[in-house]
Amino acid sequence: MGGYEETGVLSLDDLLNIPSEKQLEKGVAISECIQNIPCNPCVDACSVDAISMKDINSPPVVDYDRCTACGNCVAVCPGLALFIVKIKEDKAWITLPYEFLPIPEKNDTVDALDREGNIVGEGKIIRVRKQNSTWIITVEVDRSLAMIVRNIRCRR
Amino acid sequence: MHLRIREHPIIDFSGREKISFYFNGEKIVGYKGDSIASAIHASGVKRLSESLKGRHRGFFCGIGKCSSCLMTVNGIPNIRTCIAPLQEDINVETQSKSVPWPKVDYDAWEDGLNIEVDILVVGAGPAGLSASIEAAKQGATVLLVDENPRVGGQLIKQTHKFFGSKHEKAGIRGVDIAKDLEREARDHSNIKILLESTVFGVYEDPSYNGFTFGVMKRENYKSRLVKVHCKEVIISVGAMENMLLFPGNDLPGVYGAGGVQTLMNVYGVKPGNKVLMVGAGNVGLIVSYQLLQAGVDVDRVVEAAPIIGGYHVHAAKLRRFGVPIYTSHSIKEVYGNDCVEGAFVVELDENWQPIEGSEENVECDTVCLAVGLTPSTRLLEQLHVEMADIPEAGGRVAIHDEYMETSVRGVYVSGDSSGIEEASTAMIEGKISGISAALALGYNRDAEELRKEYIERLEKLRAGPFGEKPRIAKRKILEEWRRYHGRL
Repeated sequence: MGGYEETGVLSLDDLLNIPSEKQLEKGVAISECIQNIPCNPCVDACSVDAISMKDINSPPVVDYDRCTACGNCVAVCPGLALFIVKIKEDKAWITLPYEFLPIPEKNDTVDALDREGNIVGEGKIIRVRKQNSTWIITVEVDRSLAMIVRNIRCRR
Repeated sequence: MHLRIREHPIIDFSGREKISFYFNGEKIVGYKGDSIASAIHASGVKRLSESLKGRHRGFFCGIGKCSSCLMTVNGIPNIRTCIAPLQEDINVETQSKSVPWPKVDYDAWEDGLNIEVDILVVGAGPAGLSASIEAAKQGATVLLVDENPRVGGQLIKQTHKFFGSKHEKAGIRGVDIAKDLEREARDHSNIKILLESTVFGVYEDPSYNGFTFGVMKRENYKSRLVKVHCKEVIISVGAMENMLLFPGNDLPGVYGAGGVQTLMNVYGVKPGNKVLMVGAGNVGLIVSYQLLQAGVDVDRVVEAAPIIGGYHVHAAKLRRFGVPIYTSHSIKEVYGNDCVEGAFVVELDENWQPIEGSEENVECDTVCLAVGLTPSTRLLEQLHVEMADIPEAGGRVAIHDEYMETSVRGVYVSGDSSGIEEASTAMIEGKISGISAALALGYNRDAEELRKEYIERLEKLRAGPFGEKPRIAKRKILEEWRRYHGRL
């Protein structure tokens, strides 16, 4: 299979920087926006100046030590390309933007999907909120899926 | 009404008032806010018209540009039903080639209306709205004319959040940007808005020192003439979706991707139940995702180029829902009796030639074409503006300077009709054209400083790799402009 430009699917090697285990335990924003596109609302949305860009056409770089995992960037990103990942013991909490019906409810069990839409495990909904007219969902999955799960599907 | 979207994650289609009307003598029900074509399509009827050879014609562009949906309404032939608002109890009939000519309604000609303004802005999309607001802010009076019953152009179907910077409202959904711009334009006392109106021609009027335009204002499917006198004009009439050549491309069910976006996100109507998307540029990717949001199955996206042309982030959104994107693949033909029943796709070699034996049958009821746009330029040609063929701009465009003025003094252009790009840059181009037009008439509150700032912002947005095509297009346009003025 070719690279993301052929498939539309990123591999971890494509990401600009990967947070350490310690940073993941604290919880950080992961940017899957790696192309030079003219866009920068995430920089303005960040309340702690943890997201930087050389210029508007550069991809965002997250300073994982500064990032507080507040999720403002997740709600504003037009490419739906920012996620919060936080590791809690043997579980991983993934916060993602979700624009489909039905909107899951807290404690729902959902299918956890990877970047190709494959079901790779089960998720439990931890939190559901709406920000910037976008549903922001936090789902708990197995720790091993922290950098794999990027979507959910409701079973209802 | 089996093609209605029942619930949608972004747009609330609930609570709309029902309207009944007659389609070929049969009473059917649509909703207030529907166009005639959307209401008919929602009832499951895809054949709206007939070609001169009697071939079926369906919906295609959805924005009044392609004439694929001409029908007879209340006895009046050739109504573009995709932009004609649905009204209670109207009689809509499928028309054939032998449709009689419309009756001349002399009253409409005698009962003319005259409007005099500083600046006429044609097209109320992101460029035209921005142009009107900027010109009015500098003190000019503006008449903003659009063919559609609503302002906003293509913004009103953009349910996704916009890219760019905060100056172009990045991170806000296009539909909400349309509302903001509309509010701003309507609140300005210098701006008069004329909807459901077509600027159809430029005239010579010896009694007026400026431009004279003929405008057709539609009311209850009838037209009425409006004469507009203006000192300057800004053309921001957008673009039209490209067709692709393959057998069966005129079957109802082969739709422009933008037309489908209009059908879904403006009227709440699904194009069908299973879609094959042709083209993986941003439009193809975004519309595919929005089809999923509307509850429509997208079988796959095929893209003739070896790589995905649109932003990766748009492709990723689609892939996360399991929709495959096939690069180096194209559509070979569409089959079906009365409408699309399926299509054959084919793999392409490195020379973009079909690989024998690679055909695959895709069962689908809809084929969406997202294969680029062509600037709408007819008014510009009528104005005798100098044109040039610039492939990177999407075809034939008006040459213009960086202030968006064409070769004819007082005629400006902005947005897709000045070269295909996207909505954020269209808004900035619109602002520049509005400010330039106002400035040329002597309205100058802070025009010069603002214009400088807008030009810089535009350059920044175009500076990256995805801005290469418009960058080349605008450079060539400027070269043509300089060459033309060198000739004079």
